Amino acid sequence: MSSAVASPRDNRAPGFWGSTNGKKAVMAVTGCILFLFIIGHLLGNLQIFESAARLNAYGRLLHNLGELLWIIRGVLLLCVVLHIWATFQLWSRNREARPVGYKVKKSVASSYADRTMYWSGPIVLAFVIFHLLEFTAGTIHPESRFIPGDVYHNVVAGFSVWWVSAWYIFSLILLGMHLRHGLWSMFQSLGLNHPRHTPVLKQAALWIAILITAGYISIPVSVLAGWVR
Amino acid sequence: MKLDARIPSGPIEQAWDKARFDMKLVNPANKRRHTLIVVGSGLAGGSAAATLGELGYNVKCFCFQDSPRRAHSIAAQGGINAAKNYQNDGDSIYRLFYDTVKGGDFRAREANVYRLAQNSVNIIDQCVAQGVPFAREYGGSLENRSFGGAQVSRTFYARGQTGQQLLLGAYQALERQVDTGQVTMFPRSEMLDLIVIDGKARGIIVRNLITGKLSVHIADAVILATGGYGNVYYLSTNAKGSNATAIWRAYKRGALFANPCFTQIHPTCIPVSGDYQSKLTLMSESLRNDGRIWVPKQKGDKRPPDQIPEAERDYYLERRYPSFGNLVPRDVASRNAKAVCDEGRGVGETGLGVYLDFSEAIQRLGEETIRERYGNLFDMYQRITDENPYKVPMRIYPAIHYTMGGLWVDYQLQSTIPGLFVLGEANFSDHGANRLGASALMQGLSDGYFIIPYTVGNYLASTKLEKVSESSADAQAVLSSVQQGVEKLLAIPGKRTVDSFHRELGKIMWDDCGMSRNAAGLKDAIGRIRALREEFWRNLNVPGSSDDLNQSLEKAGRVADFLELGELMCLDALERNESCGGHFREEYQTPDGEAQRDDEHYSYAAAWGYTGPGNPPELNKEPLEFHYVHPSQRSYK
Amino acid sequence: MKLTLTIWRQKGPDSKGKFVSYPMDNVNPEMSMLECLDVLNESLAERGEEPVAFEHDCREGICGSCGFMISGVAHGPQPATTVCQLTMRHFKDGEELVLEPWRSRAFPFVKDLVVDRRAFDRIIESGGYISVSTGNAPDGNAIPVGKEESDRAMDAAACIGCGACVAACPNGSAALFTGAKIAHLGILPQGQPERDRRAVRMVAQMHEEGFGSCTNIGECTGVCPKEIPLEVIARMNRDYLGGAWRERKNVVTTIAPVSDWDFAKK
Repeated sequence: MSSAVASPRDNRAPGFWGSTNGKKAVMAVTGCILFLFIIGHLLGNLQIFESAARLNAYGRLLHNLGELLWIIRGVLLLCVVLHIWATFQLWSRNREARPVGYKVKKSVASSYADRTMYWSGPIVLAFVIFHLLEFTAGTIHPESRFIPGDVYHNVVAGFSVWWVSAWYIFSLILLGMHLRHGLWSMFQSLGLNHPRHTPVLKQAALWIAILITAGYISIPVSVLAGWVR
Repeated sequence: MKLDARIPSGPIEQAWDKARFDMKLVNPANKRRHTLIVVGSGLAGGSAAATLGELGYNVKCFCFQDSPRRAHSIAAQGGINAAKNYQNDGDSIYRLFYDTVKGGDFRAREANVYRLAQNSVNIIDQCVAQGVPFAREYGGSLENRSFGGAQVSRTFYARGQTGQQLLLGAYQALERQVDTGQVTMFPRSEMLDLIVIDGKARGIIVRNLITGKLSVHIADAVILATGGYGNVYYLSTNAKGSNATAIWRAYKRGALFANPCFTQIHPTCIPVSGDYQSKLTLMSESLRNDGRIWVPKQKGDKRPPDQIPEAERDYYLERRYPSFGNLVPRDVASRNAKAVCDEGRGVGETGLGVYLDFSEAIQRLGEETIRERYGNLFDMYQRITDENPYKVPMRIYPAIHYTMGGLWVDYQLQSTIPGLFVLGEANFSDHGANRLGASALMQGLSDGYFIIPYTVGNYLASTKLEKVSESSADAQAVLSSVQQGVEKLLAIPGKRTVDSFHRELGKIMWDDCGMSRNAAGLKDAIGRIRALREEFWRNLNVPGSSDDLNQSLEKAGRVADFLELGELMCLDALERNESCGGHFREEYQTPDGEAQRDDEHYSYAAAWGYTGPGNPPELNKEPLEFHYVHPSQRSYK
Repeated sequence: MKLTLTIWRQKGPDSKGKFVSYPMDNVNPEMSMLECLDVLNESLAERGEEPVAFEHDCREGICGSCGFMISGVAHGPQPATTVCQLTMRHFKDGEELVLEPWRSRAFPFVKDLVVDRRAFDRIIESGGYISVSTGNAPDGNAIPVGKEESDRAMDAAACIGCGACVAACPNGSAALFTGAKIAHLGILPQGQPERDRRAVRMVAQMHEEGFGSCTNIGECTGVCPKEIPLEVIARMNRDYLGGAWRERKNVVTTIAPVSDWDFAKK
């Protein structure tokens, strides 16, 4: 029986979330929210270069948000969960889409960052958990004492440990790669494409990713170099 | 047999209207009760199946490809003619009719051609509505270009992929009917025989190319739209799968085969580069607008083209046809290329090629302009030959392209077997002895969208059809004869491959029944084809089995038919003692070497009837009458 | 020149397959990849072995029949070229080429290098058309279509349905194929009335066939013989997102995919 032979058509189509396109749209929206958080978080952190007092004041400001802070945290958590859940479902579907693999397979058009989304994602997730435990909860804080409220001290003490900084830098580079693909990909998934703007966006995604990565990495580098103590 | 073309009486402008009014109609409730078979899913078959489905018939559509979208109509490059007169340059239905009859060298049926010109207008409307992205002007209206054989600009096109876009339009309309359940599609299914019961076409035998299973399909009428038979020549611009099996088996069941020797040779193809060559690639005719064709004056001159001084070049078309120059029609350009190569002045390694030189145009217009006009063609040429046509002249040679002959049909597109209709290139009707550029697409769609829906209804409404079942003795007898045919091919204990026979047949046909023909050569060819056919049935080797995908077996069946059809083509060419259009008999030429028609004796369509294995076919003549366009000698001097 | 062709040989979907190496002497650099296979097949047939099954028809890059992986790249190393127009001069003397069929759950295996691409037909059947019956059409110039719109529609409409996009995509996604048709018809004014429904139904069918998801990495465009732009996928997403919302009350059904070739069993 062929495509063409009248076939049973009682199959009800998947809904929005059920379709791959719908899931990708959800990933785009959640990715966008997380991207905005990354920008805000970076701007906050860079205050370390101004003064210890300034950074600690910023920390207090966030804590004093009270319920609003928990709402923000809730939204971010939801975004992370949806982003990962969609990814996981798509990943398992995509594995099934090619049950027999190729003996030889070469890539002709995609970049390294494009192809590494599946593992840059989980590593960044592991890093985020570590990061929260180190600087928010303070449960992991090797070779020094975590002082609640003294953000400046915690950061400097934390990054003074070489392997913590190395792990941080490595993860941030992966985050950069993740953003480099994700930043323009979210537009594509939401169907926002433009013959002239899209190529510009692709270039911009690279530079935004580099800037963000450089911004974040500047902190542990400065600590290790002794510029921030 | 007395051939009745059923041409309506009265003025030609009203013939189609009158015919439609006289036709009987099938009421909508009854359409559901009729099953129709359409074989082929190209422009003619696809459009017919879709339209008949829209009307409410149950349609079964068969194609040998894995999808109906792959039919060879897809490869047409140039465009489709229509008498829209959007350019306000004096075009009209009458002018398109006139150009087509004249271009066909007065061997087509006037009434059919007039109807074709009338329908051309509706075809464009229909295709635009389907979403075919024809080229547009900035203002949003449809753009046209000029094509050979016409002085008006009436060719609609979609880049160099007009055939593809029109076919996708028909394919999408077809898939819509598949979705509604009106059409059932049978891909990878090859028709191997026609079932005729009580003198009427009632079904077909089909081989499933994946499972090898043969099956019987019964219907109230059978519509063949299986394309042309250019692959008799092995090397042609046709797709590798294009074949004559459906129409040939219908011929053997009693349909007449008309004008088999009318084949069109396209002058601008990329030359053969070696024995392994499997097909020839066409380069659009439009290249002759700016390219100059030449060969060295001296025989066997092997110098590279840039080292041959101007004085030692022979621009033979410009020399022989000063007023048309490089823009003479396809048949004339092709014959002249063959003539200079036969003199030993051909270029390239094989000596079978002539130069198509753009250096003068590039000097005059600049490389940019040439790139704009022909960039994609130059790229394709470079991809295949690895030569840069901006620097080195292209090498071109003629190749078999289209077959004007086909199953004989009347004005209603019905063959001599009632209930068997034939559309598109598979029939013989509209192009006479030579087809003009951009007319093939027009004919396929005219037949499928706008003619068959009426005429098949008329047949159903005016014919008493007995109930026939798939298990009837008649149908089963045909089935078992097909079964035996397949087994016979597999059982031949020989050594030679199918392709080697096909190549040899192709060479005989090309040498003796190709661009120019003569009585001695044709007689000799008939003898050699018979000998080859005898060897085929003795010394063929088909590997594999019949119960799975076996491409060698598919080819063997097709080549077996080509081996018979080739002989009929030579016989037809031998019988037609005149030169007309694509049929050039060396004995019949004017003192300066042009085609010499003989209207007094040969103004007819030669319709051959099968008389049994080993018997000579019977010639029937349909006289052609020209009341509107009066036959004249074509001259391009 | 000399080459070694290492080809996937498998008699049918239920039999076991393996790679078989065929050394080829005297490969002419002018011949196409398919002509090279013709030569191999001719020699196999002469030896009484079964020739390699592969799809082909027009051999001028437009019908979309041909296509297989050549050493890991769909349609081989030459961009914008199908295997029927890929000449052997693009390979090095002595090279080994690995020929594999398209691999995708939605393209069931048939034989050697042949797979079943009817999933594409079913996607088109699910709305890849404009519903206009013969005879319904207004004059061709009644609806003006701007040159740029028409050109963009043509860029998308150039798709030949070969399946290379699916084969090259690490996820086995048919987004480029489906997007091309949705874009072609969605750009044109004639395609507007059915735009929402078309996108929703075609996307649903694409899902039903088991194709993977698009990760916007562009491998598909990279191997596409007609260089269909990635933009068509964005277009599909846009039409789908809007369509899914506006069509939210309508039940959408899909066609059950079939891999059987026995037409009698229905």
